[in-house]
Amino acid sequence: MTAAAAQLDAMVPCPGVVRQVVKDTPDTFTLTVSRENEREQNAFQPGQFSMLWMFGVGEVPISISGDPANREQLTYTVRSVGKTTEALVSHKPGMSIGIRGPFGTGWPIEAARGRDVVIVAGGIGLAPLRPAIYEVLNNRDRYGRLVLLYGARSPRELLYRKELAAWARQPNTQVLVTVDYGGLGWHGNVGVVTTLFKSARLQPANSIAMICGPEIMMRFVTRQLGECGVTTESTYLSMERNMQCALGFCGHCQYGPHFICKDGPVFPYAKIRPLLEKHEL
Amino acid sequence: MEEEVTAAEKPRNRYSKASGDKPAPERALSLSASSIQINAAPAIAAQPPATEEIGAGHDARTRAILPAARLGELFQALAARGFEIVGPTARDGAIVYDRITGVADLPAGWTDEQEAAHYRLVRRNDQALFGYVVGPQSWKKYLHPAEVKLWAAERQNGAFRILNNETKPAPRAFIGVRACELAAMEIQDRVLLSEKYTDPIYAARREGIFIVAVQCTQSAATCFCASMGTGPEVKGGFDLRLTELLDGPKHQFLIEAGSERGEQVLLEFETTPAGESELRQAEAAVEKAARDQVRSIDQTGIKELLYENFDSPRWDDVAARCLTCANCTMVCPTCFCTSVEDVTDVTGDHAERWRRWDSCFTLNFSYIHGGSIRVSSKSRYRQWMTHKLAAWIDQFGSSGCTGCGRCITWCPAGIDITEEVRAMREGDIHGNA
Amino acid sequence: METLERIIEEHPFFAGLNDEFMDLVLGCASNVRFPKDAYIFREGQAANTFYLVREGNVSLEIYAPQRKPIVVATVGVGEVLGWSWLLPPYEWKFNAHATADTRAIALDGKCLREKCEKNHDLGYEFLKRFAQIVVNRLEATRFQLLDVYSAQK
Repeated sequence: MTAAAAQLDAMVPCPGVVRQVVKDTPDTFTLTVSRENEREQNAFQPGQFSMLWMFGVGEVPISISGDPANREQLTYTVRSVGKTTEALVSHKPGMSIGIRGPFGTGWPIEAARGRDVVIVAGGIGLAPLRPAIYEVLNNRDRYGRLVLLYGARSPRELLYRKELAAWARQPNTQVLVTVDYGGLGWHGNVGVVTTLFKSARLQPANSIAMICGPEIMMRFVTRQLGECGVTTESTYLSMERNMQCALGFCGHCQYGPHFICKDGPVFPYAKIRPLLEKHEL
Repeated sequence: MEEEVTAAEKPRNRYSKASGDKPAPERALSLSASSIQINAAPAIAAQPPATEEIGAGHDARTRAILPAARLGELFQALAARGFEIVGPTARDGAIVYDRITGVADLPAGWTDEQEAAHYRLVRRNDQALFGYVVGPQSWKKYLHPAEVKLWAAERQNGAFRILNNETKPAPRAFIGVRACELAAMEIQDRVLLSEKYTDPIYAARREGIFIVAVQCTQSAATCFCASMGTGPEVKGGFDLRLTELLDGPKHQFLIEAGSERGEQVLLEFETTPAGESELRQAEAAVEKAARDQVRSIDQTGIKELLYENFDSPRWDDVAARCLTCANCTMVCPTCFCTSVEDVTDVTGDHAERWRRWDSCFTLNFSYIHGGSIRVSSKSRYRQWMTHKLAAWIDQFGSSGCTGCGRCITWCPAGIDITEEVRAMREGDIHGNA
Repeated sequence: METLERIIEEHPFFAGLNDEFMDLVLGCASNVRFPKDAYIFREGQAANTFYLVREGNVSLEIYAPQRKPIVVATVGVGEVLGWSWLLPPYEWKFNAHATADTRAIALDGKCLREKCEKNHDLGYEFLKRFAQIVVNRLEATRFQLLDVYSAQK
């Protein structure tokens, strides 16, 4: 992205058009958006987010959940939890949407080369990790084993179910899924995502781990990863805080000394480990 | 077509530990697609602001004496150059910043009596024009305004278009800028004119400000700039520096240039070169202001002190006193947090994005879906103080505090940041609740 | 029995057990197999066996009136199924439902209980290992109770 284009996207939303809206779960939808301008502007690092704007309603940070190799479109998986996200998911194809970004730090894709990649996702946390999964699968020989551990509340809250099955069939790839509550017709694992670790075929010494989900889940998972032998230096988390400007000016997203919008959202675990345990930080 | 205005060089300052002395990067000021226009900056604002430390080759800079009775000539010289003059004036029981036109607007003969939770204007027994320190406002009122429209947009047939008819504010001259206030501007420069992103609103307002600094010759009880290394001596970043010399019937100003621009202005009026005794008198007055300070913050290891005391029971003690009224953040010259608000008109086809000052003391500040992270007042006070004195150093290479003492004066509960640091250092749990 | 010996020796649950104890354990071990949908044990039955799952999958279920049984956890390959045999009242609290063809090593709990009573050192080795399993399960269950994925309003 050129410097001028970067500055342009910084404060002012760029118009985009919603091409498709797919319902993933009762409250989560995946939007595919295209922009009229150059393809360059659709480039992003897996793990980055955009600020999505609903005309006159508001703006929210949403992780980009699509394939980084696809420059024609940007994909976002949005959970309806408030006024603006509710408006976003009510979009119909053809409606316009404002986009600023991409912002933030991405997953350590470069550092992962030649190593096993362990991805642990909880709930909608799979959305910002999906671009990293695409990246690994699109460039399979650059990386070692791919292990995806994914937990959700219940079977109907699982995201991307067809893709999960497709990924599981990829070479050197293991996909393990679990739900907190099984319900009828579920024959898979029941239990929290940490219970999947014993079945994961990992080489901890040469693994890099990427985790995204509710903060409590990430704390349990990092502990488990540590017990499995994955070092804190090889573990990365995606954090979330109130975000408004995405440029490090409004001050809302501060987490200790870090601005989540520009020093994150992806952080090496070693950097934020002491902060995770602190109450009301 | 993009309109690029080269942002003027950042004034050099002693606090750029993060960026060192490398020149400020070129920044595109206006964000332009064809639908965004800003009015072209008037030529006068493209002049570089003050850039040099007075110490650097100060022998080359003019140091003159101007009788106080003729200070009005400075106003005239600045007005003639097209500057809108902003300075101190007494109103509503405080010394505030506003547009002023002449010496008559200055708070002559007034001083400010300040203590924790106490501010009074008191008559002096002389007619000093700058015989006070700082009021509730700071220059961020102009540089980083409390309320500003970022942009507007229109919707037609489902598609939207961004419009920007922002007029650039008139070039301004600030008269009466204290050392701590200059330090505050430099601190905010590092926040809002960062390498990655530049706030164009701040940049446009900051650029080309003509700064007439005033050295404090007295301190309030709440001042502690000396311990923060930010004053009372004004060391750089100004165009002209005034030191008021009041000696019985003799009332004059030591007026010194700090930049090329300042030199040019000085050339316009008759002054006598400053003599040794006047220079010494000025120096002594500023030194006395420093010695008179009764408060201080010991900066030694302050970052570690605050980081390690996250769970200190002292925070509970402060929380019992703090009302989370956010006064401190409003008066603080370096607090920069804002919130963004999207609004529409009744038709729903015209939208605007506004930016307003916000405060980490509000409950909503840390809200994410499900609730706020910092719910207790304890966590919010701790956030403010730890950010100001410790995290700021990690983020921007210097303390966020300039020692101006406003937060002490304007806290209705009289919470004293210097006292809180001392208590934390000494393991003193119980404050003056 | 030789194959059984190797399987038990290599199983992480028994890691660190000395040869003498290993022999005691082997004396109580056997190979078992359950077809898909079989119930390995039911709530309320006497608990006298525990299993090391080698293949397949087992759901731990609770019967709820007017509903199909609720799955509270699943036990997979390499895991230990059942701990109610170790402590009184020696009764199963859940149903164990094989959701796939399942092969396991069955260990005679009654036999082992007697050996542990005679040899307290052996008893301590078992209790240590089971305590770890129970602690892990408890932590996971607490985590599960937090319902972290639900949207809080």
